[in-house]
Amino acid sequence: MPAATLPAPSFELVQHTLDNGLRVVLAPDRSAPVVGIAVLYDVGMRSEPEGRTGFAHLFEHLMFQGSANLEKLEHFRYVQSSGGTFNGSTHLDYTNYFEALPSNALERGLFLEADRMLSPRITEENLANQLDVVKNEIRVNVLNRPYGGFPWIYLPAVLFDSFANSHNGYGGFEDLESATVADAKDFFNRYYAPANAVLAVAGDLAVDETLELVEHHFGPITKRRKPRRPNFGEPPLSSERRERHDDPHAPMPAVAIGYRVGDPVRGLNGHLAMLLLAEVLSDGDASRLQQRLVQRDHLVTDISAYLGEFGDPFDERDPSAFTITAHYPDARSLDAILAAVDDELDRIATDGLEPGELDRVRTRLVSVLMRELDSVLNRTLEFAKFELIYGRADLVAELPGRLAAVSESAIRKAAATLRPDRRAVLELVAGGAQ
Amino acid sequence: MTTPVPDLTKPRKARKLSLAERSLDSGLRVVAVRKPGVPLAEVRLRVPALSARPTHPARISLLSDAMLTGAAGLDRAGVAAAVQALGGDLSVSVDADRLLVGGNVLATNLPALLRLIASVLTEPSYAPREVATERDRLVERLTIARSRPGVIASEALGLRMWGRHPYAVDLPQPEAVAATTAAQVRRLHDELIRPDGATLVIVGDVSPKRALDQVEKALAGWTGSPLASKVPALPASPAGPLLIVDRPGAVQSSLRLGGEAVPRSDPRYPALQLANLIFGGYFSSRWTENIREDKGYTYGPHSRIDHHVLGSTLMFDVEVATEVTAPSVLETRYELGRIASLPVTEAEVAAVRQYAIGTLALGTATQAGLASNLSALAGVGLGLDWILGHPARLTATGVDEVSAAAAEFFAPARLTGVVVGNAARIAEPLAALGDVEQ
Repeated sequence: MPAATLPAPSFELVQHTLDNGLRVVLAPDRSAPVVGIAVLYDVGMRSEPEGRTGFAHLFEHLMFQGSANLEKLEHFRYVQSSGGTFNGSTHLDYTNYFEALPSNALERGLFLEADRMLSPRITEENLANQLDVVKNEIRVNVLNRPYGGFPWIYLPAVLFDSFANSHNGYGGFEDLESATVADAKDFFNRYYAPANAVLAVAGDLAVDETLELVEHHFGPITKRRKPRRPNFGEPPLSSERRERHDDPHAPMPAVAIGYRVGDPVRGLNGHLAMLLLAEVLSDGDASRLQQRLVQRDHLVTDISAYLGEFGDPFDERDPSAFTITAHYPDARSLDAILAAVDDELDRIATDGLEPGELDRVRTRLVSVLMRELDSVLNRTLEFAKFELIYGRADLVAELPGRLAAVSESAIRKAAATLRPDRRAVLELVAGGAQ
Repeated sequence: MTTPVPDLTKPRKARKLSLAERSLDSGLRVVAVRKPGVPLAEVRLRVPALSARPTHPARISLLSDAMLTGAAGLDRAGVAAAVQALGGDLSVSVDADRLLVGGNVLATNLPALLRLIASVLTEPSYAPREVATERDRLVERLTIARSRPGVIASEALGLRMWGRHPYAVDLPQPEAVAATTAAQVRRLHDELIRPDGATLVIVGDVSPKRALDQVEKALAGWTGSPLASKVPALPASPAGPLLIVDRPGAVQSSLRLGGEAVPRSDPRYPALQLANLIFGGYFSSRWTENIREDKGYTYGPHSRIDHHVLGSTLMFDVEVATEVTAPSVLETRYELGRIASLPVTEAEVAAVRQYAIGTLALGTATQAGLASNLSALAGVGLGLDWILGHPARLTATGVDEVSAAAAEFFAPARLTGVVVGNAARIAEPLAALGDVEQ
């Protein structure tokens, strides 16, 4: 449908900052008796020190191992025996901890998050146990499966130069094994300060009462200095890079083509044009790359273009990346694949889009963004993430309008920046091919 | 001095859902639920597809992949562009029981999406060129799928549990797919993709009655009954020695166990559901607390109850580091034996009861979650009433019932097992624990 008639979500948002610097976002919605609670800390894989790859993620595990008033295992048991679910995840620029709960467990959930913000129980025994768990997580997700970690672990090493941007965020076993309790305590003291965090609560809540509960549980946590975050930005590449990655389990080759893209926060409009370009290229059977490489040329089994290294365009600050990945049956096709991708990018940059193409792609994208907000937990995580990365939780509701304002020429310009000399190409060599 | 953990406050009741259902003259059953939240609608069309014919898995898989590649004068890109312009998405999937056309759309565009679905159902193209493209892609995807340890393990377990029954086949064989023609796919569509016996669920920001009218109008041209197909009853799965499947170079072993369970309509189901949660069905389970949080053998074990039309199964899966494969099997059998022979505790039952009630509410709190749940329930003749009545059934289930269910279904001697891993390193330690087979 035309951009002007696109539906847009609306939310009631209440924001507040505690004296210790904790930023709080509340989003009441009393339509169902459930709440989401999320705490995001402004530290991720990019901030881990050299020699300690994987530490931010290992530390995330340690935050579940007991806290000021809770023994090991109690956190899980309190959430689940309240009828709720929990998890945490480590990203490039932040780490999140969250629960979805029946609303009668709201105060309990706030207490559990406050208790580990106050003081997690970091012991030798817990560290040794979670080191084993994390190594098994890496085995199951990376080492023991075909295409494990491809491309998110391996492409950054080709695409970026600094340690912060290029290292393996899951971590090498040697680095993980050398982590100490003292490292973990330092990391906590430095990065897990209230002033370095955002708390979001969404769903079935009364605003005044919830603010009082937040003050009661999080207010007493001592104020600590918010660490200065370095600028990790790197300028676009000026000549093509190519590397190969051996995958012992993969039966077919694959490729990842990465491009550095500009600051997603300061250059949001350009970022949204890049996002729409990704959808034009690979969303569904009517998209450019599907039609050309899958349906017409039969070069690839599947192909996908996405913005953001983890596939979420709003998940990271500068730098971000635009990535195209494909699996293909014949290892000799790589040059033809690259040529076809370049040709399709050229066509967009030179000839622009077909009539109706931008409208339909944008309509679908807006629909996808709204669909993600149907779950109270996703909504909570989105408000917290937009507050942390963009400094504006309310941007969530503005995205459809901002996308509606993106012009065809902005998408052409975005396509024109994805030149062969600006890309990093990582070829996955299939060691499991028969 | 410790601060006490806050108590739960009084629970608030969920709003009542408004639902309408209708059986059309064609035999299609339609359920529509109003669930505002976001201005979208979810659609799930479930068509029974159980068949014992040996050619069936390859043909239905290719049909599923090629179904949206053209219809009623629109070519493949035309269908996709039309769906996209509605803010919609359509996809087709299959398992042994059914074919599912699933999708979502901006709620105001629901009638237009239904018309597109109707054209796919009644006038699909299956152009030889498109079918050939999908055939090659499917063969390639099957190759990739079979390189995953989890897929290797579940195929081995399925074969051991069900032998020649169609449920043993998760994925078709590449040779069978390669030999499948567009004409065969078109004929299968004609024989199978019929409204009589199918169910359509719509959940979203819609008026249920109006949605039913829209379905009736859009799908008026879809008629007929599927060709009858005889499928044998599910055989009892044999216990027996642990089967070792060699995967040289594996750094982990994939352990899978399977056994019988009861369907959701069985009076023992709530007790079995709770017993499963206590054993390995949630993070605070005995299995997880033992082999992950105490011993660090794994990232996480999981047990679950799978429901199929012909029966339900209790399934266990875990990936463990190669060097602790035998100790992991030992601890798993210990926990199975413990829950099968000693009563569970009041505290354990209280915790999982609340978890089951809470996660049922969370899982059906989104349009997509409710639609998928209702569609799965419709496949076995259950509906929203089952969801609404389940918390009361769980509340009425106590320690004795849960212990009895655990004793009946978790006994390790009743389970079938396979382990996929580096046989050279795991076979001998495993043989020390009991019978194994390679």
